[in-house]
Amino acid sequence: MAEFKHKHIIALRDLTKDDIELLISTAENMRDINCRDIKKVPTLRGKTIINLFYEASTRTRTSFEIAGKRLSADTVNIAPSNSSATKGETLADTALNLLAMKPDIIVMRHAVSGSHYFLANKLNCSIINAGDGAHEHPSQGLLDLLTMKDRYGRLDGLKVAIVGDITHSRVARSNIQGLTKLGSSVYLAGPPTMVPPGVEKLGDVTVCATMNEALQDADVVMMLRIQQERQGKTLMPNAREYSRYFGLNPTNIKLAKPNAMIMHPGPINRGVEMSSSMVDGDQSWVLKQVENGVAVRMAMLYHVCGGELE
Amino acid sequence: MTAEQTVLMDGAGIKRALTRIAHEILERNKGVADIVLVGIRSGGAFLADGIAQQISVIEGGAVPVGAVDITLYRDDCSGHLPHHPVGKTDIPFSLEGKKVILVDDVLYTGRTIRAAMDALMDFGRPQSIQLAVLIDRGHRELPIRADFVGRNVPTSQKENVQVAFDGSNQPIEVVLEK
Repeated sequence: MAEFKHKHIIALRDLTKDDIELLISTAENMRDINCRDIKKVPTLRGKTIINLFYEASTRTRTSFEIAGKRLSADTVNIAPSNSSATKGETLADTALNLLAMKPDIIVMRHAVSGSHYFLANKLNCSIINAGDGAHEHPSQGLLDLLTMKDRYGRLDGLKVAIVGDITHSRVARSNIQGLTKLGSSVYLAGPPTMVPPGVEKLGDVTVCATMNEALQDADVVMMLRIQQERQGKTLMPNAREYSRYFGLNPTNIKLAKPNAMIMHPGPINRGVEMSSSMVDGDQSWVLKQVENGVAVRMAMLYHVCGGELE
Repeated sequence: MTAEQTVLMDGAGIKRALTRIAHEILERNKGVADIVLVGIRSGGAFLADGIAQQISVIEGGAVPVGAVDITLYRDDCSGHLPHHPVGKTDIPFSLEGKKVILVDDVLYTGRTIRAAMDALMDFGRPQSIQLAVLIDRGHRELPIRADFVGRNVPTSQKENVQVAFDGSNQPIEVVLEK
């Protein structure tokens, strides 16, 4: 019987294939709760979850909050604009103060890659990464895997094209970790300034010279957001030129397999990464991704509560 | 395995017990009107299929059968042991106003039944819930009793009662391990 022994979920890199499959299967089985009249189970009754978001988020924060509430945990949200961080408190001090209020899980998003490992060493509650800098975004990676599995029934042997700003994308990193562990082949394309050197070493990952090469016969096309807040001004000339070379449109999607899935972690810059007809078209799985997000986050909260301190 | 095993019931015996339970359910409820079966995963779900089959043989016409996974309703989730894998609850019909026959393989402490009843209530308000079990081995920790019992087996708490199923989810035998 599969067992999930981790107390924290900080990166898909830290999880085994079995761990990832268990989380996905739990999410699949929890999903129906979200479609009932009474969308609540008593599993995490009495647990307290703090959502600590140092970066803006609509989807992820709401999704984690709903996930916690559907499992009967008490959830509290803290946003940077109304936290003591604006008064100069350090992350460690904020965390120790929050810990004094005895949370069971802290779900955190932070701009600094690896900040969750720092916290995990300091605190004795569970830490879940809701995105750290350009490192990982494990819940997004897991919900993407679940959405692909919904469509194809498997992940083994899929060709997945990931296009855009790979360097700054924690979504891409989590997907690469998850997909390669589960047997998919990943093809990356993006402006050379936005593809990190050495990324092929992560597993079955191919860096393509052009977007067309990555799209060829792809089962899944995952478009990434251009992260203007994270990159400098020098990485690309302008959005229009980017869109011409690395935007998804009704013409280049034909290179992928017929009816290939189109995914995007959101928020979408319409007309930059992909045209509106692609976002709203029949091949788009964008809203299914959001729907699956709640179930995946329920599975993560459920399993870390049963994890052991490492 | 060094544990001493005794076979309490074989496949034919289990089938006879399920047939009798099917008759008793029909007798108590005066037919199949408003009856639905819900088995507790995993053993109870397989047995619910068996009882439903018998009911349709006796009365003709199918009764709805669902399965409930009680993992998320367990009362031992707060510990720090790895949490149990979550199975799928599959009740593809409304429970509103129905007579629900809850089916499990072995009735022991009653905690599983408590969890299952809580889960059912979250799906609607049944007219009644009745409990059918293949084996009642005693040692209740909650005020719960079965309405339909295949066999009462007095056991000690050190013993273990298992219902074994084959690859196509048909019950093979009931085994007592000492």
